[in-house]
Formats: sequence, structure tokens, C-alpha cells
Amino acid sequence: MQRRVSTNPIRRYNYQGDPLAEPPPADLTEILDRYLGQRDALITVLEEIQARYNYLPAKHLQYVSRELGFPLSQIFGIATFYNVFRLTAPGRHLVRVCKGTACHVNRSSAMIELLSAKLGAREDETTADGLFTLQTVACVGACSLAPVLVVDDRTYGRMTPELSWEVVSKVQEQEQLQPQVES
Amino acid sequence: MSALIRVGTSTCGLAAGAEAVVGALRDKLDRRQVDVELQRTGCLGACHSEPLVEVTEGATTALYGSVDPARVDQILDRHFGSKGARDAEPSWLLSHRLDHSDFPFLARQTKVTTRLCGVIDPLSLEDYLANDGYKALRAALTMDPEEVIAMVKDSRLRGRGGAGFPTGVKWEITRRQQAHPKFLICNADEGDPGAFMNRTMIEGDPHRVLEGMLIAAWAIGASKGYLYVRAEYPLAVKALRTATRQAAEYGVTGKNILGSGMDFEFIIKEGAGAFVCGEETALMHSIEGLRGTPSMRPPYPSVAGLWGYPTNINNVESFASISTILLNGPSWFAGMGTEKSGGTKAFALTGAVRASGLVEVPLGTPLRALVEEIGGGCRSGRPVKAVQLGGPSGGCVPAELLDTRIDYEDLRATGAIMGSGGMVVVDDTTCMVDFARYFLTFTQDESCGKCVPCRVGTRKMLGILTKFTQGQGSHEDIERLKRLCETVRIGSLCGLGQTAPNPVLTTMRYFEHEYNAHVDASTCPAGICSLRPAATRTT
Repeated sequence: MQRRVSTNPIRRYNYQGDPLAEPPPADLTEILDRYLGQRDALITVLEEIQARYNYLPAKHLQYVSRELGFPLSQIFGIATFYNVFRLTAPGRHLVRVCKGTACHVNRSSAMIELLSAKLGAREDETTADGLFTLQTVACVGACSLAPVLVVDDRTYGRMTPELSWEVVSKVQEQEQLQPQVES
Repeated sequence: MSALIRVGTSTCGLAAGAEAVVGALRDKLDRRQVDVELQRTGCLGACHSEPLVEVTEGATTALYGSVDPARVDQILDRHFGSKGARDAEPSWLLSHRLDHSDFPFLARQTKVTTRLCGVIDPLSLEDYLANDGYKALRAALTMDPEEVIAMVKDSRLRGRGGAGFPTGVKWEITRRQQAHPKFLICNADEGDPGAFMNRTMIEGDPHRVLEGMLIAAWAIGASKGYLYVRAEYPLAVKALRTATRQAAEYGVTGKNILGSGMDFEFIIKEGAGAFVCGEETALMHSIEGLRGTPSMRPPYPSVAGLWGYPTNINNVESFASISTILLNGPSWFAGMGTEKSGGTKAFALTGAVRASGLVEVPLGTPLRALVEEIGGGCRSGRPVKAVQLGGPSGGCVPAELLDTRIDYEDLRATGAIMGSGGMVVVDDTTCMVDFARYFLTFTQDESCGKCVPCRVGTRKMLGILTKFTQGQGSHEDIERLKRLCETVRIGSLCGLGQTAPNPVLTTMRYFEHEYNAHVDASTCPAGICSLRPAATRTT
């Protein structure tokens, strides 16, 4: 099977009658251009797309397929194999509870239960207001501070279910104080 | 005389609030106008007392634990304030000796690969150079590659990822291959839940790992080195990016390194969260941009690895050991360990233990020394029930066997494995059936699905264990579980499946009475499992 490799497919492609008739958005093109022709770059490309959009939008994956010449099936295979990739938009804040061994022994499951009940979202679900996505993570490597909670980029150690809710509800309060400026 | 204040700002330190401490220190030092250098370092290993602040003035030092912004003034008063304040010794003063011999957690350790963690600024090349940095590489480049390999073989260094294959022998096999180019991979995909050795080493002293890889590259003739690091470790990724950039500026990567004629470059690959990628063939597929599923071995990576070329894969800790072997000689390194394995091993001591953190001891040290002398027993004051080694691939060593020496063979005899260094201590409030079930939840979830024994077997095993924890198991189930363990162990394609039964097999071997209690009496001796009331025979 010959993989389609062209030096600049963005310009050469005939867009007529294509659902992706528009060329990719500029910030996506910027990512794709850098990895053109690199066969080993697929995971890195997806990581960069997720870093920019917080998840992997379906249409963008189609662009990846067309512009870089990877079959869509392969892209879907990668996106579902690795844990970091998300195919749906997450909430504004990512609440992650560590369920590593040390955290498990220190009852992180009770923390998940309480947060899940208070937020009204189960594991891997986003709250109705789109504020929080609740996730569990295999291990963040801060085992000596178990059990550990990670909200966005901040790690909180030595948690109890109650303390973890305090952390999350503080974020919630701040969000409610801020006027909604975005559309 | 100017003083130096170090604050540990690794992931563990930051999680405990080190950033606020740094801010308070900076603020208050400015206000006091004292001549002090404030340094952000990696983790000293004593993670249970984070945030750690160490004040060094000439030959005297003071290490403070559990520091918060409120304690900052007290520290500064003690060192830079009036005379009266100097005498007060707060209870959170952990050590005032330079070698920390008065702090039990650190006193019993032998730091080799983590020697500079928590001591130098990891993002400063100057700090590393001031501590013999890249000296070993310079020495290696004046030697024949075969001489370097001989030294590594003589040191009896064995793979620190857990399998224990002699590192020197692996290098020799890769060197002998005719094909070019050759690749080098540093496995920093520390996926074991409950392990953070690699994270601490990379965050605290990244250049040591790079130097080890460069020496390996010289020894085997590799031209490219991949650093495969977990994306869940953002600080480690950042440290590696900074360190590789500095290494290039310093001239130890690129073309004709230090005039030796060797070309070498580093490439950082972020793992995307798949435990199976710790397995070497799966890891290589992931670097190639594919799904991280393992392949049959042989051929081994040393013969046909990345894109079919000879590839040498070592763990972070193996690479971190290399420069010390070249600087201090192989006999020094071998002298620290046992007859078969030399050197030290780092462990992530966690769980119910009082003093948790990163611990480095010579191989051959009894487990008891780690758990009781360094770890200080259980936080709860209860007796230690077992020690779980090697994460989901490892096994439980019961308290009776705590005198077992830490060595690849000795640990394997107990049914556990050395593993990469995760060491979780549990007390008697942990139910071993539930504990085994926890590990199976993990392996079942992380099984890549390529081979049937692992994909289906782990699922069936988890099902039976779940039945036990609900009080619905039977003795037939125990027998069925034993048979399944054998099938999965023998039939699986890679290490993930082959070792997945270990937690079940060891808990069944040492804690059979707990399984029986769940099955016969529908009781959980530790009181963890919520058993179905209808089946309860007790009142």
C-alpha cells in the first residue's frame, strides 16, 4: 500500500465537492506544516492539536488525515488507544483524582465518590454547566502526598474527600463571580 | 559570608505548597536586604516533609521540613536575625548536619544516582558542571568503546527497569550489530502507579541521565537518542527540554562531540498515557507513531529495534548510574551491591509508611531496613502487613519475609519482583483480596488487547476477584483463578500479561486465609469489602 506523500498537499488538493472544502484553519495549518512528511509524527501532531483545542475535534482529525496522508482509521486507532486523548470537549476545568496504588491505599475512591456526587458527573463526564470534567488518572507520581487531587495544572496533596470538595468549590465560586464575557 | 537557601520545587514540593514558600522567602529576603542566594532545587527525597527548605552558611546547614509561608519568618530570624532567635530549635528542624546523618530518613541511605537531587538547581548546567558534570563523558571519549563496555560489565550494573538484564552485556550485543544507524532509547515511561523514581531523577538532575546516554552512545555507536517520557510529568519534560538545549550549547551533542568524531542528537518523545508502553517493543511502536502494542521477541531490540535498526533501551536509573561507574571505577560500584548485582537502587517508598519518599540503598539491603529504619514503620502505629513491590507487575512480600535482601534473585524467590522501584507498604487495614483486585483493575484496563490470554484472561480474573470482594465466591472460583493465573502468565505476549497474575499469586500464597474468609464466612478480615448481607453468617 502506497501512502500518499506530496510536498505541499494543501495547495495541490482539489477541494471541489469535498466536505472539507475550506482549507484547515490557520492555527491547525501551522501545526500540520511542521510535520509534513514525517511518518513518526502522528502522536505528536495529535498531542499538539489537543494542547491547542483541549480535545481532538473530529473535523480536525479529518484534516490531519488528508493533509498528512494518514488513514483516518489509523488516526482513530491512535486517538482511542492512548489515554491522554479526548474526542469530546472537556469542561473549563479538569478535575483529576489520582488512583495510583498509594492513593488507593489512602482511600482516593472516597474522594471520587464525593466529588462525583457533588458535581453530578461521573468519571470522564462533564458537568451540565460545562465547568468541570471529572477524571481519574493512573498516577501523577506524587505518591508520598497521597491521596492526590489535580485541578487543571495544580496538584493538591494529602487530601480528604471534604478537602477536595473545598478545593473544587473554590474554583466554582471564582467562576461564578467572574462575569461571563465569552460568547 | 553569603548564605544559600534551597527550596525543593519538584512536583511533590509544589503539591505541598513550595511555590508559596519561595514567594514568601523572596519577598522577605528583599525586605530584610540580606545577602542570600535563593535556589530552586529538585527533591531531596523526603517527600513526606515537603516543602523542604535548607539554609546553608559555609559549613553549617539547617534542613527544615513542612515549611509554610508562616514559618518563613521564623527561619530567617534564626539565621539572619538577632542573637536570641538563633537558639530556638523548632520541632520541624530535621537536620543540622551537612551529611544529614542526624535525620534517620536520609542517614541510612546511600545516594549515588540521586546524589545531586535536591542539592543543585536542575535547570542550571553550571551547577552540574561544578559537581563533576560531563567529566565521565570526557573520560569515556578518550577510551575505546570496548573499554567502556568492559567497565560497565565489571560494575555488575543490571537493568533498573526491573528485569535485571546486565546493562554491559546489552550494550555489547548492540555494539556487535553491523547495521547502521543505531538508536538509543531512554525509557522514562514510568507508568507503575506508586512509582516516581524516574520523575525525581529527571526533575532533580536531568544532565546525569543525558551524560549516561551520551556515554552509552559512544560505547555502542549510536547516533540518535530518544527520551521517552510520560506526558503526565510536565516538569520532567520541561527539565529535559532545558537540559538537552543546554547540552547542545555546551557542545556535548551535535556534530563531532568534543572532537571525538561522534555525532549524536537527543529527541524528546512524550508518551500519551499507556502503561503497556513501558514494555520495550510497545514503546518503540509508540515512538514510530503507531499504537503502542508489543511484538514477539526475539528479535530483541538490540538486534532489530526502532524501524528495524539495532536499538539499545535502558531505564532512566540505569543511565543515571553510568557516569558514577566511570568516575569512581567499576569495583567501587560493584562493591556496593551483592555478588550478582552491583550498585544502588532507588525506591519510591509510599503507602501506609510514616516517612515516605524517594529512597536509595545499596542492593542487598534487607527490606526491613527500608520499611522500619528509613520509613519509620506505619503512620497509624499498626503493624506492617505487607510490602508491595514492582507495582501491578509485582507481588506482595508479607511482614514475615521482611528480612529478604533487595536483589533480583532473592525477591523473585518470594514471588515478587524487583520491578522498577515502587514500594507500597500496607498495614492491617488493607484487605489483600481487594488489593489484588485493585491491581487487576489496572492491568485489565491497560491491557492493549493484542493477545487473547491477557485481554480476556485479566478480565476473567478481575471478575472472579470482584466476586470475592462481594462475598459471592466459592472454592471452585479459587481453583479457577489459580488456573487462569497460569494461563495468563505463560500465554501472554509481553511483560504486562506475563506479570499481571503476580499480585494475585502472591496474595493467595501468603494471605490464603483472607481469601478463605471471603469465600467461607463471607467476611473481610480487614473490614474493607462490603459483602452482600444475605450471604453473611456472622452476626
